[in-house]
Amino acid sequence: MTEAKFILEVDTLNKSYGDNTILKGVSLTLEEGEIKVLIGPSGGGKSTLLQCINCLVAPDSGTISMHGKEINLKNKKDLYQLRQRVGMIFQEFNLFDHLTALDNVTIALRKVRRMDKGAANKRAMFELEQVGLGDKIELYPAQLSGGQKQRVAIARALAMDPEVLLLDEPTSALDPELVGEVISVIKALAAKGMTMIMATHQISLIAGLARNVLFMENGIIQEQGSPKELLGAGKKTRTQGFCDRLSDLDGEGS
Amino acid sequence: MPPSLTVIVDSFPYLIQGAFFTAGIVVCAMLFGLLLGVCIAVGIVYGPWPVRFVLNLYLWIFRGVPVLVLLFLFYFGLFTYLGLNFSAFVSVAIVLGLTTAAYQANIFKGAMLSLPIGQFRAASSLGMSDVQAIKSIVLPQILRISIPAWSNEYSIILKDSALAFVIGAPEIMARTQFVASRTYQHLPLYITAGIIYFVLTWIGVRLLFKLEKRVRIPGYSDNGANS
Ligand SMILES: Nc1ncnc2c1ncn2[C@@H]1O[C@H](COP(=O)(O)OP(=O)(O)O)[C@@H](O)[C@H]1O
Ligand SMILES: [Mg+2]
Repeated sequence: MTEAKFILEVDTLNKSYGDNTILKGVSLTLEEGEIKVLIGPSGGGKSTLLQCINCLVAPDSGTISMHGKEINLKNKKDLYQLRQRVGMIFQEFNLFDHLTALDNVTIALRKVRRMDKGAANKRAMFELEQVGLGDKIELYPAQLSGGQKQRVAIARALAMDPEVLLLDEPTSALDPELVGEVISVIKALAAKGMTMIMATHQISLIAGLARNVLFMENGIIQEQGSPKELLGAGKKTRTQGFCDRLSDLDGEGS
Repeated sequence: MPPSLTVIVDSFPYLIQGAFFTAGIVVCAMLFGLLLGVCIAVGIVYGPWPVRFVLNLYLWIFRGVPVLVLLFLFYFGLFTYLGLNFSAFVSVAIVLGLTTAAYQANIFKGAMLSLPIGQFRAASSLGMSDVQAIKSIVLPQILRISIPAWSNEYSIILKDSALAFVIGAPEIMARTQFVASRTYQHLPLYITAGIIYFVLTWIGVRLLFKLEKRVRIPGYSDNGANS
């Protein structure tokens, strides 16, 4: 088997909503420490793919394996296990509104990991300090800026020690001046060797971090390759065309 | 002292006992309704379709039949039929509890549906089971949101509890009527009864408003409406 080679293998995922087929046999593999970036037009199925990978949305068919071992998606216990190993960052943060930043991070440690309060607090403090929010732990989500919320969300996911992190457009809901603080946290993660799949339209993340770029459209991965292969000078790929349009939209040239 | 005042002064302790009886029924019914209502709402929002079907039927029945009819149906009908010898207090508390459960379930259901689905997803993505997510993430939030509507429901059930007098429960209305039929001082007595209901409503609504303020999530706009 491919035991050691791939942390995560996704094989021929299909997903439809009624007559609307969203994912058409999507497959991908992820090695330890690898960063894959998912790009493509809105509605292409990026979010659906990411949510299918940890079964927040149940795929109609296809398999998901970790370390060469297929996950039984029908078994709730296996599913809960899978989700503990695969962290997720959402575009709209999805913090728990009734909990402080600290408790947003501790709640899963206490309820899922069954840690006692002291140990959970300690771990949460560590993660929040890592994302530069050590002084904001007592604040509630409504008292935080977008960038701070997303950093709490990252701390919350990391506290569970995920082997893979899925990020769904982590900076798209942020005001432009707040994008930087989240990007630097993601870059720090990458530097530490975190394995990630990230949907993003942020050119700096694509070119700077990705080992592989997947261009997704109409539920199919249309092109994939290294940033150089797809985005190198003079390449006439669809990915290149798409990224050019993104840069045009950015206007001020970021 | 005019006879109307004398009657009120003399019968006041007797009427106040009725107020305690009424308050007892209402508190029991509201708490029973809270427990049952939360379960029903969870079942309707997160349950599979057969569960949803049965629970929706429950809501239709208890919202569609007058409380008075339900009271007779349970007290003289069902309880007797089942050989259950419930006191008037227990019977009324059960019937009002079952009724308010239906309305409360609707309150909670609305609150659950208004909660962004993303938070549930986030809880799941951390490995929480559905039950854990409902207990730790959904309920603490929807119960907060529901306090104003719950307070409204309290004031309705409090007044519905006057119906208990028809099965001989010694609550405010029954006692007032008893004294009035002896003294013929209807006007001052029913004014007194009305005032007692008003005060009970006011106390409950105030307490719930205090609770609402106390558990309010910091950072959310405090529209400061004083009720
Ligand atoms: N719960 C749903 N029900 C029906 N259609 C959905 C649902 N979620 C997503 N879709 C549809 O799936 C398609 C892909 O959406 P999405 O995965 O969000 O794409 P992307 O993230 O690439 O923008 C869209 O056309 C969207 O309308
Ligand atoms: Mg999306």
